[in-house]
Parts: sequence; C-alpha cells; structure tokens
Amino acid sequence: MPNFSYFPHTDDDIRQMLERIGVKSLDDLYCDVPADYIYKGEYDLPEAMDEQQVREFFEAVAAKNPRMKVLVGAGAYDHYTPSVIPYITSRSEFITAYTPYQCEISQGTLRYIFEYQSMICALTGMDVSNASMYDGPTAAAEAMRMAVACAKKKNTVLISNGLLPHVREVIRTYAKYYGTTIEEIEMVEGRTSLESLKKFMESGDVAGAIVPGINRFGVIEDLTGFAEALHEQKAILVEYCDPSALAVTKTPAGWDADVAVGDGQPLGIPLCYGGPYVGFMACRKDYMRKLPGRIVGETVDGSGKRAFVLTLQAREQHIRREKATSNICSNESLMALWVTVYLSLMGPKGMQQVNDLSYAGAHELHDKLISTGKFEKAFDAPFLKEFVLKPLVDVKKLQQALREAGFLAAIETEEGLVSFCVTEKHLKDIDPLVDVIKAL
Amino acid sequence: MKYYDKLIFELSREGRTGYSLPKASASAAIPAELSRESALPLPEVSEVDVVRHYTNLSQMNFGVDTGFYPLGSCTMKYNPKINEEIANMPAFAGLHPLDDQLPGVDMVYDEMDKALAAITGMKHFTFKPCAGAHGELTGLMIMKQYHQNRGDLARTKVIVPDSAHGTNPASAAVCGFDIVEVKSNAAGLVDVEDLKPLLGPEIAGIMMTNPNTLGLFEKDIKEIAALVHECGGLLYYDGANMNPLLGMVRPGDMGFDIMHLNLHKTFSTPHGGGGPGSGPVGVCERLAHLLPADIQNRVPAIPGEEKVGSVSGFHGNFGIILRAYTYILMLGRENVKMAGKLATLGANYIKESLKDAYKLPIPTVCKHEFVFDGLIDDGSATGKHGATTLDVAKRLLDFGFHAPTIYFPLLFHQALMIEPTETESKETLDEFIDVMHKIAAEAAQDPDILHSAPHNAPISRPDETTAARKPILKYQDETL
Repeated sequence: MPNFSYFPHTDDDIRQMLERIGVKSLDDLYCDVPADYIYKGEYDLPEAMDEQQVREFFEAVAAKNPRMKVLVGAGAYDHYTPSVIPYITSRSEFITAYTPYQCEISQGTLRYIFEYQSMICALTGMDVSNASMYDGPTAAAEAMRMAVACAKKKNTVLISNGLLPHVREVIRTYAKYYGTTIEEIEMVEGRTSLESLKKFMESGDVAGAIVPGINRFGVIEDLTGFAEALHEQKAILVEYCDPSALAVTKTPAGWDADVAVGDGQPLGIPLCYGGPYVGFMACRKDYMRKLPGRIVGETVDGSGKRAFVLTLQAREQHIRREKATSNICSNESLMALWVTVYLSLMGPKGMQQVNDLSYAGAHELHDKLISTGKFEKAFDAPFLKEFVLKPLVDVKKLQQALREAGFLAAIETEEGLVSFCVTEKHLKDIDPLVDVIKAL
Repeated sequence: MKYYDKLIFELSREGRTGYSLPKASASAAIPAELSRESALPLPEVSEVDVVRHYTNLSQMNFGVDTGFYPLGSCTMKYNPKINEEIANMPAFAGLHPLDDQLPGVDMVYDEMDKALAAITGMKHFTFKPCAGAHGELTGLMIMKQYHQNRGDLARTKVIVPDSAHGTNPASAAVCGFDIVEVKSNAAGLVDVEDLKPLLGPEIAGIMMTNPNTLGLFEKDIKEIAALVHECGGLLYYDGANMNPLLGMVRPGDMGFDIMHLNLHKTFSTPHGGGGPGSGPVGVCERLAHLLPADIQNRVPAIPGEEKVGSVSGFHGNFGIILRAYTYILMLGRENVKMAGKLATLGANYIKESLKDAYKLPIPTVCKHEFVFDGLIDDGSATGKHGATTLDVAKRLLDFGFHAPTIYFPLLFHQALMIEPTETESKETLDEFIDVMHKIAAEAAQDPDILHSAPHNAPISRPDETTAARKPILKYQDETL
C-alpha cells in the first residue's frame, strides 16, 4: 500500500474496510464504471518528489524570474504589507474552513466578513456590501448584470474608456454571452466625458454606466453631473474605485453613485502575479436584494447572544438556480480577511499616511521625469499615485533600459503614453529610476 | 470553542495606531471638490489588539485541521503545509501580473497545463477562472462560441439534470442560455429515455457531473455522450466531483468536450472559509483554440475563429495554482492512482456502516460521496416532533465533527450528503460512525436532545428569519 504521508491507510485498514463493504478489492468499488473507461495507461506526470526536492525545485523556478522593483500599477499596486496580516491569515482555523454554512462553528469567519462589509461601506459610503467577489474586473462585470436586472427592459451598459483595459475586457466578455450591449464612453483631456455619456443616453436603452473614480491615466475623475444624467432615465451609476485612494478622494456615495466596485488588492495584498486578489461590491440599500454574492448579517442565537449568519440567501444560485442573477457561489473569503486586518491596522490615520506618501512620491517622480526633458505632460489633471506621460524617446528602448536596471515601469497605454506608479514602498527607488532615464 | 463577542470597531480608541510607516512630510494635495467628504470610520486599534482579536475569532472556527469535515460535494481533504510554504515564497509574492518576462512563471503554467491534461484526458486548460462556478461560466462561453463560430445560432438551450449543483443552471442562465431539466430515474441516474426527446437542433449541450451529486457513476455516459454529440451538442463536465476519478477515470475518455476542475477540492488547496479557489477549464482538441488568450500564448487563435475573451483580471489565482502544482509534484505518477480509490473506499465504508440507522435510498456502490434520506427512526414514536436532518447535523457539532451537506441534492427531503475524502484514517471514520449511531439512538429515545443542539458551540442556533427580515449588514447599522 502507498507509503505516502497524505494517505493514512495501512494494509490492514484497507482489508477491514473492504470486508465491511463486502467487496474483495479496491478495484471492485469501480464495478459500476464501464471497463473501457478505467484508465490503464501510466499517467504522464512527474515522479513523486519528497518535500526537500519540492523546495529545491521551486527555488530553481523562482530563480528564473528576475526580481524587479515595481513602479507601475495598472490594476496591481505594490503597497506595503504589515507582517501581522500573513501571520493572522495563515491560521489554519481560517484557511482550512469552508464557506460558513454551519454558523455555530463558523462565527470566526462570519464575524470577519461582517467587519469586512462594514469597512467596505466605510470606504465607499455605500449602505450594503457583499462578502466579496473574485476580483475587481469580475465585480464590475457583475455590476453590469445588476444594472440590467435593475432596469428591467433596458439592455445597454456604458463603460468608460478610462477603465483599465483588463476591466473593460472582462465586462465585454460577460456582456457578450449575457446578451448585453456595451458602449464605450470617450475620454476628453484625460477624463471620462459627460457629453459622450449624455449622447449615449439619447438611445433610451441605457441601464447603467460604469466609470472609474481614478482612471487608467491615474487621473482623479470629476463625476459631477454623471449620476444626475443617469438617474433621469432610471439608469444606475457604478463607480470602479481604488479602495486605498478612497481614504482621501471623494467617495462613490459623494458622487451619488448607486453601486461601488473595485479590487481590494491595493489594501496590502501582495502582487502575486495577479491573484488571489479580492473584488468588492457595495450598493445603496434600494438595490440590496439585487446584490449578488454572499452577505453576512447580525442576529441573536437562542439565548439572545449576538450571532452572525449568511443572510438574504433567497437571492442566491443554490436557492434560485437558473433564476438567480449571478452564478457566484464562493467569494474570496480569506482575501477579505486580508483586507480586514489591513484596514484594522491602518485605521483612518494610516490610510491617510499611505496616500500622503504615495502622492508625494508620485509627484516627485513626475516632476523629475519631466525635468529630464524626455517626457511631456500628457494631461493637466490631478493625480494621486499613478500618472502617464507622453514619451519623447523610443518606448521599447526606455522599457528595456529600465528593465536592465531592475525596474518594471513605463507600461505603454493604448495611446502610446507611458504609465508610472509610486507607492510608499518605493520612495527610495525614485532617484535611481530617474538616473536610468537621464542616462538614456 | 469559547464565545468571544467583540467586533474590531468596539476596540477602537481615538489616537491608537496599529501601523508602522515612514513619516509623511506633507498631506496629499487633492483639490477640495475631489476630496473625501467625510471622516473615514475605521477602527483605531493597536497591533496587539488586532492580533488578539483575530486570534480569538479564529478560535470560533472549525477547519479541516480542527477535525473531520465530511461535507458532501466539497471534498474537504487535508491541505498540505508545503503547499502554503511554496505559495508564500517572497520570490513569487513580488511578481507584477503585467511583467511578461518571467520564465519561471511561464513554466508553472505550462507544466500545470500538461499535468491536468494528463489527469483528465483534455487537451489544454485556461487558468483564468477563480472558482468552480466561474469555470462553469467560462466553459459555457466556450460552448456558445463554438456554435457561434459555426454559424449554428439556434442552439440556445442547455440540458441540466435535476440532481445538478445549483451553480449549473445559474451559470447557464448568466451565459444567456435557456435551461432544460432532465430527470433522474429511480436508480438516481440521468434517465436516458427522458433525455432523448429533449435533444435536437436547439440544444447547445449538456452539463453533467460524474459521479453525480448522489455519488453515483453515470454508467450510461457512453450512450448519453453519443446521443448528445449526434444531435450536435457538446458535453460539459462539472469537475466538482472529480476526486473519486483522480487516478482512475479521465473525463476526456468519457466523451466530455469541456470541463472545469476545482483545484480547491481535488488538488488539495485550502478552501479559505469560502475562497480563494481556482477553477481551470479544460477542453478537447477541437475546442482548444477557443480558450481565452493568455500571456504564454499556449493555444494561439485560429484566423477567422473568435476566441472567448478574458474572464478575470489577470492570470487567475496564481497563488492557488502554485499550491495545486506543489500537490501534484508530491503526489506524482505513483500516488495519483491511489487518491480516488481511497476516497471511494472511505465513502462506501461509512455508507455500509450506517445504513442500519439512516435511510439509504440508493443502495448501490457509491463513489466519493453518498446521500442518506434522514433517520430510520426519528423518534416521532415518542410523541415528540421527529428529529430532522438539520437536527442530526447540529448534534454532530457537539461531538467535534463538521456536519455533512444537508438538504442537497433536492431529490430527497431529508438529504444528508457525506464525503470523507482519502486523507481520513479508519480510526477517524470509526469515531464518526460511532457518533452517528449514538445520535440515531438519542433521536429514537428523545429527539429533543437533537432539537436543542448544538449545546457546546460558541452560539446556539441563531434566529435566521429575523436576520433576513430585518437585515443588519454592517457595524452600527440601523435595520434596513
């Protein structure tokens, strides 16, 4: 029998168990499978490794990847992660639990999700948050469906061209198969154009619009008039936000948005090549029963003690099956815990400080890059930690020089601009990066 | 488990800090009209407060590392610790998803693609889906795109068995399909005679899980595959129940065209309290070019044939993919052949050991899981209300076990779905069996013992009705 540490069975165990079942061999347990479906070949897999070999193997894999200093964002931001977070989120009671169906022995998970929901509402100003989604782009795609579900007969959703390309693509994919029409709102002077939105409204078929709070140029959007234009036709405003920036920028509630979505990654989640991250989604209370995903609520137990449960489940796929507006089952619970611990440690002052430092760093880099004479300003608009410039040098050469010096920076946008980002983690990298560019 | 009643907000004291950051020399100078309009109501707590608070919360949680977790259809197998160690290597944590020059990362995706293809008999996988339901949606998009590329636009319906996971019809609906339900027969299998008249030029395909949610192998799969293919449809395999077939049977060999795997089930990555998971989607050779494009360009597009677009932000949950790859390397060619068998052994052992006390509607050999339909003697003969499946589930918590999946599948009123997995010892299964017998005996004598369970958990049964009628969904909420 297998001498393998994940299988606890001895030969004697197997013999006794087969005896109780009344069959002679393990293969007899597959007597219901047509014989030609039993795979008789050798599986084309590597030979089993021991733990030490696995460690050495992955050290070699990791060594193939150059270690870069990351001074770009574009949807994944290299903020600092407090050491408490991995320590707490590694606790096996959190990691090895399932979705909290048995609430009596899942109060740990249910309580942190309730705290997470409260914190997302605090950041966005919304009334209700769900327990989390896969990532920001899929949360935006869910918001697209939510807009159509709220509007009933209207079937067009507007998306700002200022949303990151990977966000737009996921929305478009979901919309294509759901049967929703997507139109793209134009950018003017680095900002989402209200005039362009109004023009699309003339069709009378608009269910909602998804616009960024901070767009892919890093520009802080001015959404004055957006909600009004949409609400006139009972369409909803969805804001795609950077939750870290919401500590200092006007909230979705402040813009009178109906739904707020985005990616929780900037809240201390490591880059980890794009995942796992966590999508967040919150809305005004009027839309509470259209919100997809799990939601945790407070109640009391039989003896009056405060208790937390999964609630409003009548919205969900396991009850409504094909009538559900979303197929989402799991959330990204452990990453929601990650965000909750981060926001607990940071508090309002820490969040302010992260933004102050990132703002100062980004503006310093911006000004120093302009003064090299190798870039021009792209837009005259306020930004926070991320910005784009118009390059006056060859972009490929620029990127290559930066890469050789160990910097991942100057990612090219669809208009040929280059994008930079500075977080509090990379303040000391500003001058060395500028030196590389000066030497070009 | 002890009861701990704090929320982090209640520990807050103005002026306390839990962070350690460089000093800022100036405030972010954001124009007033674009600035946050109100104070940010987050707690102000110390680092110690945070560590103690979340440690206390964790102690009100039950995980696989706490004890046996026989939750049907969820495959709560042991989550190896080396998986965590590898996924948490700082060398992986710092990689930006738009860095396209990472040969080590490319290798992980390539090797995982090959390994999953070998295990399932599919040609290629996309790793973008972040969960099982997300994989289903992606797979159905591929199905729809396949028909669209052929100009076969009449195929608007997807067949889903009545025993299917709830995500199946929901995924098909959000992919813009209409759903046609096929019934199960008395043996708990898809009724081929009921299926036949449903097939035709409007059928895009069928979604099946095999073994199905009753833990039964759909032995007519060969005929079903032939019928569906004959009518021009495709077969989708819901990989949520793949574990008993691991190392034994390949969905590709059974005629499935598209499938997803739940890496957080079959490939031992932790469930994380409900995510993050990973739901890679595999397809047969003729559909491979429809998979969403990836940075490795493993399956290039064919000119004139539209691919499915991206379904998640970047490259799927890389951290989870690393864990599953670690598991596959530890398992290797040798041990993979035992995983499914031992899972099946455990399920049949429990089933045979408890059928004297719990109703077993379908007595045939099962795969990784099986379903009881409540107690044989629920105690109603005592004149009290009989004990239900919910009561049995709650009473199990008192004995240090997680409950099975309850009231699913919907085919039985008192469904109790048990899945032990291959990582549990005979001693653990024997303890569980003893406790289940004890609970059955309690029910027969005095069902009230079960009605009032759990007795030892941090809380007793909560008032879920009020929670839904008068929702309190955030700290200091007024009832919405």
